[in-house]
Amino acid sequence: MTRLAGRAAITGVGYSPFSARSGRTVLDLATEAISGAASDAGLGVHELDGLLCFHENDTALCREVAAALGLSTAGWWNDALAGGNYPCAMVGLATMAVDAGFANHVGCYRALNGRSGVRMGRFRVDDPGGVRQFMVPYGFGTPPQVFAMACRRHMHEFGTTQEQMGKVAMTIRHHASMNERATKREPLTMQQYMESRVISEPLRLYDCCQETDGACAVIVSSHDRARDLRHAPVDILSAVSSAGYMGRYPFDRWPDQTQSSLADQAGALFADAGLERSDIDVAELYDAFSFEIIMQLEELGFCERGAGGSYVDQIGIGLDSPLPINTHGGLLSEGYMQGLNHVCEAVLQLRGECGPRQVAGAATALVTSFGFGSGSALVLARG
Amino acid sequence: MGEKEAATARRPQPVPDADSEGFWSAAKKGELRIRRCLSCRTYIHFPAPVCSVCASRDHEWALVSGRGAVYTFTIVAHATTPGFIPPYAVAWIELEEQAGLRMLSDIVECPPDAVRIGMPVEVVFDKLDGAVGAVVPRFRPRSG
Repeated sequence: MTRLAGRAAITGVGYSPFSARSGRTVLDLATEAISGAASDAGLGVHELDGLLCFHENDTALCREVAAALGLSTAGWWNDALAGGNYPCAMVGLATMAVDAGFANHVGCYRALNGRSGVRMGRFRVDDPGGVRQFMVPYGFGTPPQVFAMACRRHMHEFGTTQEQMGKVAMTIRHHASMNERATKREPLTMQQYMESRVISEPLRLYDCCQETDGACAVIVSSHDRARDLRHAPVDILSAVSSAGYMGRYPFDRWPDQTQSSLADQAGALFADAGLERSDIDVAELYDAFSFEIIMQLEELGFCERGAGGSYVDQIGIGLDSPLPINTHGGLLSEGYMQGLNHVCEAVLQLRGECGPRQVAGAATALVTSFGFGSGSALVLARG
Repeated sequence: MGEKEAATARRPQPVPDADSEGFWSAAKKGELRIRRCLSCRTYIHFPAPVCSVCASRDHEWALVSGRGAVYTFTIVAHATTPGFIPPYAVAWIELEEQAGLRMLSDIVECPPDAVRIGMPVEVVFDKLDGAVGAVVPRFRPRSG
């Protein structure tokens, strides 16, 4: 059964520059990315009739963007309070909106001053109520601290090594070296990785993604409208998402910290797309932390449970491997757009526009947006 | 007051709410009590207003042994919480009353690099100075 295939396509991508200090407002970044995506699609920005974003109280919301761009046509919109679990879900939601006739062209964006403004890594410690009352009094709460717990358990059960995580970080950094947009482009050696400072053991500096200022956007268009635009459309073959009873940070209800809810979604993801895993040409996988690549290889079924580390060792994730992963440099080295940049990169790969990092002949792409307890994923194909 | 005591005094105090009050008030009496569903007898932690298994709202604050084992842990090297001097270990501790029933705590009375997955631990009660005067249950190693 294919629930979404043939209904919508991604027709444009846009970016602001990525940096550690934009010196610009989030509204400025957001409108640049959205205008760029519309222009890339061959649309005037006023032809957008839908807007979607996700945010963590750190962005320019849809109504601000609509006002700034004068989008009197943007009748369908939503601001989702969500994080890295949401980019693929947002594209899936836009697909449903255009398929149901609520809009023809939906601008989907993520915009934040994630380094110079509201930082993800600066976990609030004042007046700890809610779930924070069980974290902050124990000196605990930042994302590296929370995810280090899962990483440690995976190492314990399956023998995953620091060197395997290092190889993930090095390979993804190498991809970033071929991407002018990436914030971290200098080569990373295993020695530099192993000597880098510990953030929250077993996570080292280079296991953790780069908080970033910037914005990116995609345009999701209805199947019919997509055919007339500037580029060959990139078809949305399947989109899955799970809210997940384990989804609440810091995953206190998460029964098995060696796998995420992606494991439950992978079957439907490929079945809906009508593809086998071996049909996927390129994968842009959520990589807030290096070891998430290792876990997702297992959860997506590219290897057996527990074998993600040896997959990285023996098969590899580089451009010359059977499944190149994070060709843009990922969250680890391109920048932390919370994974919407993974969707953008998949589109550019399928259009053959990635220059030295292009995966030759890429016709299908897999994208994940996984915050472990909850998340979403997409399969895309060259139209 | 030594450096360590001065730092400890700066630790954030928990802010209880109606769902968690029973946990923190028990701690002040030196008891570890976990919210437990009266209908299906499932322990729920972090506390929640409703049972995630059977949706019942009837509950008690059940006294538990305070014994458990380390499910996984991290050693924090880059501290972000006032009053905590790195390195220190924080663990998910699986309480012996129920599979998957986990509490977060730093591991005290133990060098961080001696913490291991599976290590048996037990609760101790740490009275914090400060206006709220909270008592925070923490965990230390116990013999087998």
